[in-house]
Amino acid sequence: MSTSAITPPPVPLGRRVKRFMADRPLVPLLILLVVLVVILQILRPGIVNERWIANTIKFAIPLAILAGCQTMTMLTGGIDLSVGTVATMSAFIMATQIVNQDPAVAFLLAMMPAVLIGLVNGIGVGVFRVHPLIMTLGTSLIGTGCLQVYQRTVIASGAKIPDFLAWLGTGVTRLPEAWVPSEPARQWLADTGIGFAFPNALLLYVPVAALIVFTLARTGFGRLLYAVGDNEHATRLSGVRYWQVITALYITSSVLAGITGLLYIGLIKAPSLSLAEPLVLPSVAAAVIGGTSIFGGRGGYTGTVVGALILTVLTTLLTILQMPEGARRMLFGLIVLFVTAAYLRIVEER
Amino acid sequence: MTTSPLLDATGVAKNYGAVAALRNASLSVLPGEVHALMGANGAGKSTLVKILTGAISANAGRILIKGEARDIRSPAAARRAGLLPVYQEPSLIPDLDVLSNLRLTGTPVEPFRAWVRELGIPDLDIRDTARDIPLAVLRVLDLARALAVEPDVLLLDEMTAALPANLAEKVLEVVRRQGDSGRAVIFISHRFVEIAALCDRATVLRDGETVGVVDIVPGVEEKIVELMLGTRIVKTHIAARTAEQKAAPAPARPRIAVRDLRVGTKLADVSFDLADGEVAGVVALEGQGQDELFAALAGSIRPSGGTIEVDGQPVKFSHPIDAIRAGIAYVPGDRSEALAMQRSVRENIALPFSAALRNWGPIPIRRERAKVLSAIERLQIDTRAQGEVQRLSGGNQQKVTIARWIAADARTILCFDPTRGIDVGTKQEIYKLLRELAGNGKSVLFYTSELEEVQRVCDRVIVIFGGRVVDIFTVEEADEPALMRAAYGLPRGAEADIGILADPSSPSATAPEPTP
Amino acid sequence: MSHLLRRQGWVLGLFALFVVLFIVTRLIQPAYGSNDFGSLVRAVLPYAFAVAAQTVVVIAGGIDLSVAAMMALTSVTAASMMAGASEEYALFVVPFVLAMGLVLGALNGLLIVVTRVPDIVVTLATLFVLQGAALLVLDAPGGAAAEWLKALISGTVPIPGLPDAIDAWLPKALLVLAVCLCIVWIPLRRSRLGLSIYAIGSSELAAFRSGVPVKRTRIIAYALSGLFAAMGGLALTMSTGIGAPIPGPYLLASVAAVVLGGVALGGGKGGLLGPIIAVFVLRLVRTDLTLLAIDPNVTAIIEGLIMVAVVMFGAFITMRGRQ
Repeated sequence: MSTSAITPPPVPLGRRVKRFMADRPLVPLLILLVVLVVILQILRPGIVNERWIANTIKFAIPLAILAGCQTMTMLTGGIDLSVGTVATMSAFIMATQIVNQDPAVAFLLAMMPAVLIGLVNGIGVGVFRVHPLIMTLGTSLIGTGCLQVYQRTVIASGAKIPDFLAWLGTGVTRLPEAWVPSEPARQWLADTGIGFAFPNALLLYVPVAALIVFTLARTGFGRLLYAVGDNEHATRLSGVRYWQVITALYITSSVLAGITGLLYIGLIKAPSLSLAEPLVLPSVAAAVIGGTSIFGGRGGYTGTVVGALILTVLTTLLTILQMPEGARRMLFGLIVLFVTAAYLRIVEER
Repeated sequence: MTTSPLLDATGVAKNYGAVAALRNASLSVLPGEVHALMGANGAGKSTLVKILTGAISANAGRILIKGEARDIRSPAAARRAGLLPVYQEPSLIPDLDVLSNLRLTGTPVEPFRAWVRELGIPDLDIRDTARDIPLAVLRVLDLARALAVEPDVLLLDEMTAALPANLAEKVLEVVRRQGDSGRAVIFISHRFVEIAALCDRATVLRDGETVGVVDIVPGVEEKIVELMLGTRIVKTHIAARTAEQKAAPAPARPRIAVRDLRVGTKLADVSFDLADGEVAGVVALEGQGQDELFAALAGSIRPSGGTIEVDGQPVKFSHPIDAIRAGIAYVPGDRSEALAMQRSVRENIALPFSAALRNWGPIPIRRERAKVLSAIERLQIDTRAQGEVQRLSGGNQQKVTIARWIAADARTILCFDPTRGIDVGTKQEIYKLLRELAGNGKSVLFYTSELEEVQRVCDRVIVIFGGRVVDIFTVEEADEPALMRAAYGLPRGAEADIGILADPSSPSATAPEPTP
Repeated sequence: MSHLLRRQGWVLGLFALFVVLFIVTRLIQPAYGSNDFGSLVRAVLPYAFAVAAQTVVVIAGGIDLSVAAMMALTSVTAASMMAGASEEYALFVVPFVLAMGLVLGALNGLLIVVTRVPDIVVTLATLFVLQGAALLVLDAPGGAAAEWLKALISGTVPIPGLPDAIDAWLPKALLVLAVCLCIVWIPLRRSRLGLSIYAIGSSELAAFRSGVPVKRTRIIAYALSGLFAAMGGLALTMSTGIGAPIPGPYLLASVAAVVLGGVALGGGKGGLLGPIIAVFVLRLVRTDLTLLAIDPNVTAIIEGLIMVAVVMFGAFITMRGRQ
């Protein structure tokens, strides 16, 4: 491999900035996150403390997993709008089945609709070539209908939140102070109020996130997701069967959404028929903000995680500013449009 | 002649990024003449046509119509200026009926009907949807639609291609009369027979430049071929191949045997063999069926008839994976078809490894790295910008598409014009690589649009014209003039004389099969 | 005649299907009469406009995901403007809301043409924006509708000299639907603009070469879609008397009816009549399921399944066409 350095031709600053943004979307994103936190701290001095951080993380995690579903589907040029319904279904079925079923059985029952919807999505998109948006919207409507019928049948037996899920969803574990290695760091954590607690949800989330990152970066399946989204024709010429990749992808996405539902019900603790629906739009926005291209082929999960954190902090900020729900939706929509258009320009520059 | 030209384009240039599609093209058409526009593949004909008809705008140059400078920014503007094109693909809207198509373009119906009858279609129902009309008729309707508005300059792109003989005859007749009536026609064609019969003058393009304007007189085609090839007409001598570069002795059984292969109307009864250890060239003008031939061998499309045998076994490919499993890899001519442009060199080369379901798990990084690196080294790919394939130069991108199949150790490589638009150095490397592959007992099918490459690389050449194999040359016979003549459908060895050109029944002048 | 049959064959088949379904309905519920038909038409009204909005864009080779959100926004705008206002004020509200739909639709088209972001992404983003705007106008169902507007779609059209038995089968809503669609569609269908819309959907390259201003035509198609969606929003307010900020299930229904109505998702094919009849068919299926005493939630599932199946079928046909 040639490593000889060459002097690159002078590039105008604007283009350099654009290229930098395209190459390392993480840096400006992290800056944005810090800026938002600082604004929050200025508006409400003292708000950034141990409890706030734990809460932010707790609420960011379900969003981040669903945004993971969007990231993976968007890498192939798709989108999965059924994640909200799938998460709601798993949560609702878990909460009602746990009443008189073994937890393991309840879990399997809860994951069943997820697998099924994922399969139908995958076949619709991969085999019949329905646009993913229409397909997943359709299955999500059917899913909601099924859930309503199901609700009738279990209305008598009631629902409860399994303790385990509540612990996972809302619980916080306090670390012994001694675990923090250096004295100044310990002092700083105590002084700033950040403290030594971490939300239990991280116990689930960290492995899931690691798995997603590993899958995208280091497995054949991950490679194919990028390649299919970048140039489907090229993958076909290389012997890839599109429908296999797409079916596996939408099943994976649905299963992740199902797991999110279980976590979310532990956090919200009130099973309803529109439990996770409000997360769908932000999950798309988080993936887009995180630098994943809605046209496919480019992006990654680390950016998405930061995107989810940004949106969670932004939501807090908008709540403090008393911005109504409608304006929030408009803002998210404009973000999606603006970022996509900007991304298109960056790509065309080259 | 002292009459002022109807259309006068000078100094027209068009760049796509760093690539110059047109450098300095000029075209001057007089009233009352049929003017041929000629040039080999990639000489810039289609770019010039697009500029004249307002599909794209030029970077430089001046276009005068009837002595008046016009800025043609859109097809509508070209229409207003009195310049009407008839493209190879008919531009009638497929889902509208003929009448609506006329209304859309503001074409008067009665003159249109008259022209349609004149062109030999007596029974047209103008309520028919364009999609339901056979391609040949549609092209004639497109012409009639253009004639109906009485344009000053009519631009015909391969007008007689896909037309059955009787329609073609009528069309040529009408075009000739159009010239006689004081209007002008620009006539683009690959058929010398037609040009000789029809045109008054010809403008020849080479490498984006107008290299000559000639009067059509008997025997002029030799001069036109010369102009199209430029200095390269000097007969290249085959560099003596060293022993190791020589083709391996041909085995008894061919690696691939193609028999009577048919693909729709594009390819008819194509038969040839490809042996281990040889590079077989394919030469054809644009759109003669070579694309379909390669796609069928690569498993991208299903042939409509004939057989393909690999190592003596008949095969039916329904997906490229089937061809790949049989050891046949396809390197498309357009690099953007083969590469995931936003991904790294390494991922692109390793792409076929992950294709099969069983390879979806964790990637054996070290093994992959070794394979990829050895392929990169073998092709000497410049990996400074390896993070994204789209930042590589065209030549390096092309190397990546080939390296992929070297790494995957394919036994047969179908290379479709791999040297199009890349620098000379890389071209040399690719020639060398293809010879090496053959030396190692692999087989290569190599389509090229640059005739001089044939003698550098190939052991044999298959020439295709109008969807049929018209000739197979050994490398010694395959000098450029011979190939050029064969590619234009002129018979081998014949002296250019008026007899052949004037006699439409000679074998070289057969019109392609009428479309059903 | 043969042209008519070939081109309108699908529509005629759909109409036959509608008649069969109607007979089935009478068999299930012999008492199904003109009143029930009237309420069917009123239920169809917003769907029909949503479908019309989608049809125009799909014919032009695009898709509009913001149809339902646009209806919600126009509906709440109309309802909140009319709340507590005089009857005459509504005379101003109606054209205002229609103009709003036209402008917002044109904005959709403009964004697609200018940003060159695919239509599906742009209209997804505007879906969010319009939804948010609807919530800003009214954060809960509310507002009011002028009495004369409500009266416009209830009851039947009194035609002097016609026996009541027949007159009863001519609900006003049907007349409103027919008038609103025809007033836009019939002049359009025959005009060069209408042909241009078909042309860019059928083959953008051929359209460009035929001298069609592709970008302008695309913007106009989206503007018309916005106009129809605004009509749908008004129809919602007229039939419910209020405005609701959360969009109804009109998006998927519109796509399904477009496909069922014989308009190819690739563009360039079909007309408005097919999709409108398709909406009637889909609604009548729902009526039948309800009459069969099937749980309304199960009905929703069956409806969803039909729609998804129809869309899959349509995509399959498009894919076949491309090969």
